[in-house]
Amino acid sequence: MEGAVEKVIEMQGYKLHIVETDKYKTNTFVWRMKAPLTKEDVTKRALLPQVLQSSTAQYSSTTALRSYLDELYGATLFVDLAKKGEYHVMSFSLEIANEKFLSDSEPLLKKGFELLAEVLTKPNTSGNAFDKDTVEKEKRTLKQRIQSVYDDKMRYSNVRLLEEMCKGEPYALQVNGEAQDVDAITPENLYEFYKQVFLEDEMDLYIIGDVKEEEVKKFASELLQFENRKPKECAKQAVSKTEKVNEVKEQQDVKQGKLNMGYRTNIVYGDPDYFALQVFNGIFGGFSHSKLFINVREKASLAYYAASRLESHKGLMMVMSGIDLKNYDQAVGIINEQMEAMKNGDFTDQELDQTKAVIQNQILETIDTSRGLTEILYHNVISDSDISLDTWLSEMQKTTKEEITAVAKKIELDTIYFLTGSEAGA
Amino acid sequence: MEKINFDQLQEELYHEKLPNGLNVYILPKKGFNKTYATFTTKYGSVDNTFVPLGKEEFVTVPDGIAHFLEHKLFEKEDGDVFQQFSRQGASANAFTSFTRTAYLFSSTSDVEKNLETLVDFVQDPYFSEKTVEKEKGIIGQEITMYDDNPDWRLYFGLIQNLYKNHPVKIDIAGTIESISHITKDWLYECYNTFYHPSNMLLFIVGPVDPERFMTQVRDNQAKKEYKDMPEIKRKFDEEPSDAAEKKQVLQMNVQTSKCLVGIKALHVNQSGNEMLKNELTMNVLLDLLFGKSSANFEQLYNEGLIDETFSYDYTQEQGFGFAMIGGDTGEPDQLAEKLEKMLIEAKNGASFTEEQLERTKKKKIGAFLRAVNSPEYIANQFTRYAFNDMNLFDVVPTLEKITLKDVQSLASEVISEERFSVCQVIPKNKK
Repeated sequence: MEGAVEKVIEMQGYKLHIVETDKYKTNTFVWRMKAPLTKEDVTKRALLPQVLQSSTAQYSSTTALRSYLDELYGATLFVDLAKKGEYHVMSFSLEIANEKFLSDSEPLLKKGFELLAEVLTKPNTSGNAFDKDTVEKEKRTLKQRIQSVYDDKMRYSNVRLLEEMCKGEPYALQVNGEAQDVDAITPENLYEFYKQVFLEDEMDLYIIGDVKEEEVKKFASELLQFENRKPKECAKQAVSKTEKVNEVKEQQDVKQGKLNMGYRTNIVYGDPDYFALQVFNGIFGGFSHSKLFINVREKASLAYYAASRLESHKGLMMVMSGIDLKNYDQAVGIINEQMEAMKNGDFTDQELDQTKAVIQNQILETIDTSRGLTEILYHNVISDSDISLDTWLSEMQKTTKEEITAVAKKIELDTIYFLTGSEAGA
Repeated sequence: MEKINFDQLQEELYHEKLPNGLNVYILPKKGFNKTYATFTTKYGSVDNTFVPLGKEEFVTVPDGIAHFLEHKLFEKEDGDVFQQFSRQGASANAFTSFTRTAYLFSSTSDVEKNLETLVDFVQDPYFSEKTVEKEKGIIGQEITMYDDNPDWRLYFGLIQNLYKNHPVKIDIAGTIESISHITKDWLYECYNTFYHPSNMLLFIVGPVDPERFMTQVRDNQAKKEYKDMPEIKRKFDEEPSDAAEKKQVLQMNVQTSKCLVGIKALHVNQSGNEMLKNELTMNVLLDLLFGKSSANFEQLYNEGLIDETFSYDYTQEQGFGFAMIGGDTGEPDQLAEKLEKMLIEAKNGASFTEEQLERTKKKKIGAFLRAVNSPEYIANQFTRYAFNDMNLFDVVPTLEKITLKDVQSLASEVISEERFSVCQVIPKNKK
């Protein structure tokens, strides 16, 4: 596997992950901070990265900071949030050109590193508070971001499914937090929170590109030093077995119905049957040769998309399809039949082999992008495991039909959510 | 086979034009696992009035047929090509734009087989009445999905405001009504006219040996019989230079309003270096005006008129073009007014400095380096550039030559109130 060997170095307060490769024309930094997902903190965690990336002590306005990024050959800086199982992860990504491809070679790696450190450790503050205007602006933007989920019906229906299905579990929280909690955030209490997360979160820095380990390590120890900590773990929740499938229909003014079905897989990353679960998902709904695509779309002509995907750390599988409002029963029926087929081992060796080949391809393609590579490597941090890519791929290839059928039998349908139009008879 | 070196980028490109007219390009990428290949015809949704191969009269085909054809090419008498690709560990796809239809795969193993599958399936159509009918349900759902998508409606609404006659204003997928008229005979007529190798380009990028792959493609094509193709005759109605409509407001089931301001482009008959320079200059102008480091962006953001969805973009193709600026906003009218005012100020010589220009050029050069990390970007964009007689790898040298004067003269020329238009999406119950 080209360019996917990770070197992990314990630094002060965080782990440094270096992947040396000359396949890119840029160098990429990704700084990740992980903590248990809680209702109390989720909105602050959604706001904090936005405040940090909008200005710093030295670049005290967005214009100043963005002008400097332009100056560094259009270095990109962006933040994002993710739910990984019952953890909430903030990411800060910076990508900067490798000067060897430029006609004037000013050294950019160090400048990129310094800027990332500035964003993380030297915020734009006055006293014991963030800059007030910045916080106010970013609060307004956060409210809009939370609200905008409603306008993207595909996303909205997925969010609603999880809300219904995981009621009472942290995973039901939205990644961007809750609109009604935004107002209570002040420049003071957010600054307090900022200091706290840099003391308590589990932190990882990924650097990918044509870099030298020694040099990167030196920059890292000069620029980023924190207190050592023991990362908080989220409580393992026992999920009560579903007695009866929960069916939720919501009416809105939409032309296309959005069908989302949520399953408990009862398997998470790191479990021995996780690889079989991956293959299960591939045969069932992950690809354009899968049962869902063939039966819902190609044979019944009911949908343009019909697919399933896994949430590896929470142990969920989600099926999604956009269908005509009147076809609800038929679509749910076909999807249930495909699941039954999987439980009965009703799939061919060809389906099995083709799925393994496509999964192998998908993983190898993902690690061709620096961002995709950090995503894959980060699974080990989330699950506190140590599965190399080689192991991942060879274990997946070894999976048998019996193992997949056994996995299928563990999977339980929990909730069906349908966003339906106002004229639906359904 | 010719070899072209790009020293600064440390890339090599191989090219050959085959006897049947097909242009083949291969760009070896060391260190990558994946090979990505696109097989593209210069045929898109705007090519709806043309003289079919072997005929003499112009015909106008049903809206959405180029996209429909793209779907149907995957289906063969003995099944679905997707299945074959996945048996060979590849992931396949296709897309239709205004001016192109591209078929593609990516794979990390069995690359030769996948390449053979790609070229053969595109060159071997199988359309039947039964499969055409079945596809109408699937594409119908694709159309309905876009109908519910406010960003797509906003984008297309703006194009429809700008263009009076040009088929760019027709939705790429057509409508449920228009696709109901599509038959297998129409599909063959379009296929035979536009899928001749001389109207197509094959691009392969990945950890490949160029000599071997070029030989494979050469041998594959030599086995197939193609007659020489007369030049394709397309027809477009005369298009006024002003925007067709000033404003359109769409009421939809959303909570946040959206607003886009558009400018209908000038100089849409350019090609080659002239077009490359024009579109890059236009992009530099928009960056100077609305980039995240601009004074305008800061003002709009501070006033709460825009959020992180704010963006701008310029599209130029043979016969049409437009710039679009906007995003989600609480105040769609106020935003439209401000954006238009900022554009007019730029027309009247709002002063950009040399320093700003240099910074913007640096930013765009860095963005280009980032983009060429991506095999998808290289293949898709190279093809688009080639169909317009431009070269993707001329982007950096052309950017470097843009002067402040170029930017200012383009601004004064292209920005004009007659060519402005506004499209907004607002929540249904709020007028």
